[in-house]
Amino acid sequence: MLSVYNGQVIPVRDIPLLPVSEFRRSVQDDVRVGGRMVSLFGRPEGDGIRLYVLLAHDSEGRIGMISADVGHGCPSLTSECPQAHLFEREIAEECDILPEGHPWLKPVRFHPPCRRAAHVFEGDFALPSVMDFFKVEGEEVHEVAVGPVHAGIIEPGHFRFQCHGEEVLHLEISLGYQHRGVGRAIIGGPDKRTLHYMETVAGDTTIGHGTAYCQALEALAHIDVPIRAQVLRGIMLELERLANHAGDLGAIANDVGFLPTASYCGRLRGDFLNMTGLICGNRFGRGMLLPGGVAFEVDDKMISELEGRLENTYRDLTAAVNLLWESSFVADRLEGTGVLSRKTAEELGLVGVAARACGIERDVRFDFPSGIYRFTQIPVSTCPDGDVFCRTYVRWLEVQRSVDFIRQELKSLPPGAVQTTADVKAAPDAMAVSLVEGWRGEICHVAMTGSDGRISGYRIVDPSFHNWAGLAMAMRGEEISDFPLCNKSFNLSYCGHDL
Amino acid sequence: MDLMPFINIVLLLVLAPLLFGVINRVKAFFAGRRGQPLLQLYSDLYKLLRKHAVYSRTTTWVFRLGPVVGLGALLVACSLVPYGGGRALFAFEGDLVLFLYLLGLVRFSMVLAALDTGSSFEGMGASREVHFAVLAEPTLFLALAVLMRLTGQTSLSGIYSRFSVEVWVQAAPVLVLVAGAVLIVFLCENARIPVDDPNTHLELTMIHEVMVLDHGGVDFAFIQYGAALKFWLLGALLVGFVLPLRTGVPWADTGYFLVAMMMLAVVIGVIESVMARLRMLKVPHMLVVGMSLSVLALIFQLR
Repeated sequence: MLSVYNGQVIPVRDIPLLPVSEFRRSVQDDVRVGGRMVSLFGRPEGDGIRLYVLLAHDSEGRIGMISADVGHGCPSLTSECPQAHLFEREIAEECDILPEGHPWLKPVRFHPPCRRAAHVFEGDFALPSVMDFFKVEGEEVHEVAVGPVHAGIIEPGHFRFQCHGEEVLHLEISLGYQHRGVGRAIIGGPDKRTLHYMETVAGDTTIGHGTAYCQALEALAHIDVPIRAQVLRGIMLELERLANHAGDLGAIANDVGFLPTASYCGRLRGDFLNMTGLICGNRFGRGMLLPGGVAFEVDDKMISELEGRLENTYRDLTAAVNLLWESSFVADRLEGTGVLSRKTAEELGLVGVAARACGIERDVRFDFPSGIYRFTQIPVSTCPDGDVFCRTYVRWLEVQRSVDFIRQELKSLPPGAVQTTADVKAAPDAMAVSLVEGWRGEICHVAMTGSDGRISGYRIVDPSFHNWAGLAMAMRGEEISDFPLCNKSFNLSYCGHDL
Repeated sequence: MDLMPFINIVLLLVLAPLLFGVINRVKAFFAGRRGQPLLQLYSDLYKLLRKHAVYSRTTTWVFRLGPVVGLGALLVACSLVPYGGGRALFAFEGDLVLFLYLLGLVRFSMVLAALDTGSSFEGMGASREVHFAVLAEPTLFLALAVLMRLTGQTSLSGIYSRFSVEVWVQAAPVLVLVAGAVLIVFLCENARIPVDDPNTHLELTMIHEVMVLDHGGVDFAFIQYGAALKFWLLGALLVGFVLPLRTGVPWADTGYFLVAMMMLAVVIGVIESVMARLRMLKVPHMLVVGMSLSVLALIFQLR
């Protein structure tokens, strides 16, 4: 197994190519000793498909990679390694390979495959969620279907509950309504549009996905980013985290009907977005990042303005969020709701806030540091119980760490340029892995170039892709009326999953 | 002929939607917002009344009848409740049983209409509504029984005309218990926090609102207006004995009663602003507390 580090570039031919049986065994062995599946994907290679797997070892900060060639099908990994379940469905849909023995084989995004070989899914793919769902039968068991059109202004997704009275026995989540084909659109790049695709992979994670893309491209082009640009990227990433966490804290308060925190956090989220807007002119950070640096410079006046706004907003946020912890009604609602065990979280390979709320110390900024995080470490915020309270509390802990980070970095912003003068020209036949801890969790971008140095394959794994299964598991045995609260505590992206 | 009961009913019919405006303004104040206009519900009703109702093909006449029966029963109930210490339009022995069953009829018609849609959400809402009503209804019965026993009267008008500050001096402990019980029932029946969240858009957590998801246009206006009437009716039962100031001058009593109703709306607004919603599983616990309070009050009163 080839070990790579975050932001490292390797020639594609260096990735070990194993026979399918050995590939399977290696993955299973690696997962047994703590490997976590970051990505598993297939690419057309001649007549067949070559599977690549990326297995992260968090404590060692390295990512293991192997590959294997398959034809029409191969034995499924899912029963031994549950975190592969969605990846295998994805491969079955995209590459038309049959994962033999997959326990729940269904399309993920409802689009036609890149080739016709095994005919895993037949028929018309135009209608998402038109398929059989897992069904519980029995006295007083009923089915509740929610979405894809929801009562609020949120993204489309279909949720199918199997309930016994108010108790949820099983939840199946079917997404794919927002599939845009981002991965395919990038092939042949990078061009002028590529960065904008990346910024809109998930609109609320503009900086996260943008940074991951820039990092991958810089690795492919062997470019060093000026240290000032790295610091600014870190500040932007943490501002994005602050805005979204503040919004989430308010949204969770709103879902339990706790008015004060809900309304103040809604405003404070806007204040954090405005700070991002102050730096680059866009509240979501669009246009800030460039391969090789950042597009906007900050001067001393802006730094003192940012410091002032940060202190004010943080002070207000502290006051608003402390109301939440002081209310016994809120504590009663949050604690013990939507519990996800650490074991399940590890088996499913959860990432980000959801994983840390189960007591797992997993944070790309700490485990696979890149950019400024190599120099300024941010402690990993965890909470042990895996319930809604922990997912809320981890957010608050991270808000505090992020504010500390931004304060410190604004004080000691190194001088120098914010863009490299070097030409961004990707190396041919190379592969780069780029991990970034977005506010939801681990964002993984894998870029591969062809012999002409253009992008020949690009793989994006949004944290939501790992975590949706966590939400489904957290709902087992819960009351159906608690679903909106659990859902909000995960706050996963639909478009990041659908790509 | 005494005109006051008519005037009181007209006031009720005109002013009932205002109370929701007051609640929303109080909540907006706590949230640091400007809030919607005080007369928003009037605008909403006007808008809805000009719209046609849309009916799903799966529904039958039961669905269409629900809002009409509901509003009709509430209007009849309006004539039984005394406002501001005066007499109600109609008063007879045991009219409170009719009053409570009219409220029961409102619920029954709403639940049937909800079940008629065949929607899983509305089925859940109906099941929750009935579940909570099973606990709330006896509480209100017992509370009124205590008041009957306390005043020796058997009609609502009779009971409430006997209330004064002196009654409170004599029987404060019992009345505090009854007030607590009635307040809990009031919050539950009107679908307010901590039982239900009137502002949520999340169909899986709603109770009252989810039952009316399929209603639209005029039907929905009836339901909204009915909710405002119900709020006023139960509020009148609560403030009628909690703040029993009587001047003896009908106009002054009515004015005082209106002020008391506004105060009630402010109190509800404050409760909604500072409390979170209870977990659905714990709502029955709260209702059982209400029932225990009224049982306790009855025991104290009977001893």
